[in-house]
Amino acid sequence: MSLEKPVPDAPDEVGVTEDGLDYDALEELVSEHVIDRESHVNAEALVIRPDAVQDTLSALKEEAGFDHCSAVTAQEYEDRYESIYHLKKFDDPTQQLSVVVPANKDEPVSESAESVYRTADWHEREAYDLVGIEYDDHPDLRRILLPETWQGHPMGKDYNQNQPQVVPLREHVNPLAEDHSAGEDSDTMFVNIGPHHPATHGVLHVKTVLDGEQIADIDPDIGYLHRNEEQMCEQSTYRHQIMPYPDRWDYTPGGILNEWAYARAAESMADIEVPEYAQVLRTMSAELTRIAAHMLALGTFGLDVYGDFNAIFMYAVRDREAVQNILEDLTGQRLMFNYFRLGGVSWDVPEPREEFFEKIREFLDGLPEYIEEYHNLITENEIFQLRCIDTGILPPEVAKNYGATGPVLRGSGVDYDLRRDDPYGYYDELDWNVVTEDGCDNYSRVLVRMREVEESAKIIRQCVDLLEDWPEDDREIQANVPRTLRPEADKEVYEAVEGAKGELGIYMRSDGTDKPARFKIRSPCFSNLQTLPEMSEGEYIPDMVASLGSLDIVLGEVDR
Amino acid sequence: MSSEQTPQGDGTGGKSTQEARMGEGVDDRFNSKLRDAFGTSPFILTKFDKFMNWVRGSSMFMLQFGIACCSIEMMHTYSVKHDLDRFHAGVPRASPRQADVIIIPGTIVSKFAPRMKRIYDQMPEPKFVIGMGSCTISGGPFQEGYNVIKGAEEVIPIDIHVPGCPPRPEALIYGVAKLQERIAHGETAPVTVKPYELEEFGDLERDELVQHLADQINEDDLVMRYDWTEQP
Repeated sequence: MSLEKPVPDAPDEVGVTEDGLDYDALEELVSEHVIDRESHVNAEALVIRPDAVQDTLSALKEEAGFDHCSAVTAQEYEDRYESIYHLKKFDDPTQQLSVVVPANKDEPVSESAESVYRTADWHEREAYDLVGIEYDDHPDLRRILLPETWQGHPMGKDYNQNQPQVVPLREHVNPLAEDHSAGEDSDTMFVNIGPHHPATHGVLHVKTVLDGEQIADIDPDIGYLHRNEEQMCEQSTYRHQIMPYPDRWDYTPGGILNEWAYARAAESMADIEVPEYAQVLRTMSAELTRIAAHMLALGTFGLDVYGDFNAIFMYAVRDREAVQNILEDLTGQRLMFNYFRLGGVSWDVPEPREEFFEKIREFLDGLPEYIEEYHNLITENEIFQLRCIDTGILPPEVAKNYGATGPVLRGSGVDYDLRRDDPYGYYDELDWNVVTEDGCDNYSRVLVRMREVEESAKIIRQCVDLLEDWPEDDREIQANVPRTLRPEADKEVYEAVEGAKGELGIYMRSDGTDKPARFKIRSPCFSNLQTLPEMSEGEYIPDMVASLGSLDIVLGEVDR
Repeated sequence: MSSEQTPQGDGTGGKSTQEARMGEGVDDRFNSKLRDAFGTSPFILTKFDKFMNWVRGSSMFMLQFGIACCSIEMMHTYSVKHDLDRFHAGVPRASPRQADVIIIPGTIVSKFAPRMKRIYDQMPEPKFVIGMGSCTISGGPFQEGYNVIKGAEEVIPIDIHVPGCPPRPEALIYGVAKLQERIAHGETAPVTVKPYELEEFGDLERDELVQHLADQINEDDLVMRYDWTEQP
């Protein structure tokens, strides 16, 4: 079966048993630091002392095999602050563990995990920025999403949103000022790329220090599209109000995939069973958006590598239009679908059904020819190969350490896809393959996306067949979900799905009301973008632009 | 040019291409239908301003400027199928110095507002602004957030608002066409000094925080506000 993952010879990882994780053994492993134990919906959580974070996490990483730190969630309670490290294994993401680090209310300080998981760098900076927890031993603890001059921590409890934020003009001095950061007579030059730049895919700001044409130092500066989506979700009700926001995280459009992330977390929290027919509809629509998202990635990568508004971009847009037409028929919107509901989807496929299925089939039939066209235009092009093969190298171990997921990780040869490894929806019933490439370079990442489009097409075709033959009186599109959803207080859940860019996870904590007390988005692009310095330091500046393109970041999702 | 010098074409019955095109009789190429409409005079009398406005509206150079979700639909508007080029507005320029229309496609947040202002300032006069989507009108779905500027008009003056979240490409094209109409009539948004513009520190209510900041800033230094909750 194609869906079977090659069995890793995981020998002696602590806590691994035949039927899931043995949390007692894990607690035993780090028992000297554990002060309590909590039970989250997705996994058990160990509460540890705030000065033993590095010891605990490195023990869990080295001896228990938790090599993936998916996210760091910070939050403020009435009596304490808390950082939660959501740990997983790349070999088997169903094996999860949360490590909860409480911190003092008056002086929230806890040890940084950056030396264990490189990815914690940005995640902890975000926690510091928005919630206000300070991390000891962090290499570079400063604001990441908000301006340097921001007063207060907006996700904290005592933040007053109406206070004026005032900034002296000298904070915005001309960015073309001379750079003497490396000494008065250095040869390096400081260049700002972005936040308005055609190659940054939106409003990313890359601070680069150039030595000749090579990059000596690079620092991606994000936050130019920080739309406080987490706050928005915390102000909205579970049942209906949150669902439109996910569409606006990854708007390429990965909308339905994002909706699924929220739907999965909320359904897991409120224990909602989704009817099978709705799962097929979800799977089909999600894969359609994946095609559209990958097409955009391909088209804009063409922009980065070849130049302005060229043929590749137009071809990609042509195919996206076809997908968007189908999705518009299904959901009523071109970009912001708002198609999922908790417990199902908003409506069935449009009537007449045959016509709709015919439209999808027509698109799928045309696809191989289009993909052939792309290969002729792009991947077989010598200039393209010169620019992409062996540039932007991201070795698998580095990628894992940074928490990179999705096509970026699979382009580095790591076989990790949540659709298969942590199955949801209807994926485990269908026949498809996880695509990996071993090149670790820009070329592999592009190739992975192109091949994933073919796999998505395979999934859609199977879904269409299933939907067509589905008995008419069994077409249940929504489970019976209460009008107002009030999960019990203090339920905590972290669930992730495979979005267009990688692992898109949602952490939610309920407080007994109809709105989440904490809503945290684990965005794949946020972690993927962290790898940019690894890929481009020492390389030429055009290679950096190609690497940035091949990471396929969406700033709406990076900044949230 | 005489016919001896030109090579003899096959399909034109011994005539040169030029002769074939000119047809029989007096050359009437200068007597176009438009010319007929104007009467006998081969001149159009118009005001220079009016002519310039017509030219401006008919040849717009857009700034290639993507912010958020709306920029995806904006890209679709520029590309095949919708093809904004049909409306004389399809040449996106990467540099603000070469552009005369800026489409603002997305949410403006505190960190980006000064950058957008800088880009707007870099564009040569006359310049026009199209606000695309609800976020540029009011902050849209993110209006209640701590970090979102409640409408792009807090930062730069806007000529045309295109509502929607996001607007369809057709809607954006309609907005562009409306802007062209306005330009042709010589109307633009008045360039006013918007609240983003630098203001003296003393305008703010002197609460504790402002006082704290005021102590750090020297009197002549100008300040910028990020937060506009008290603005109408």
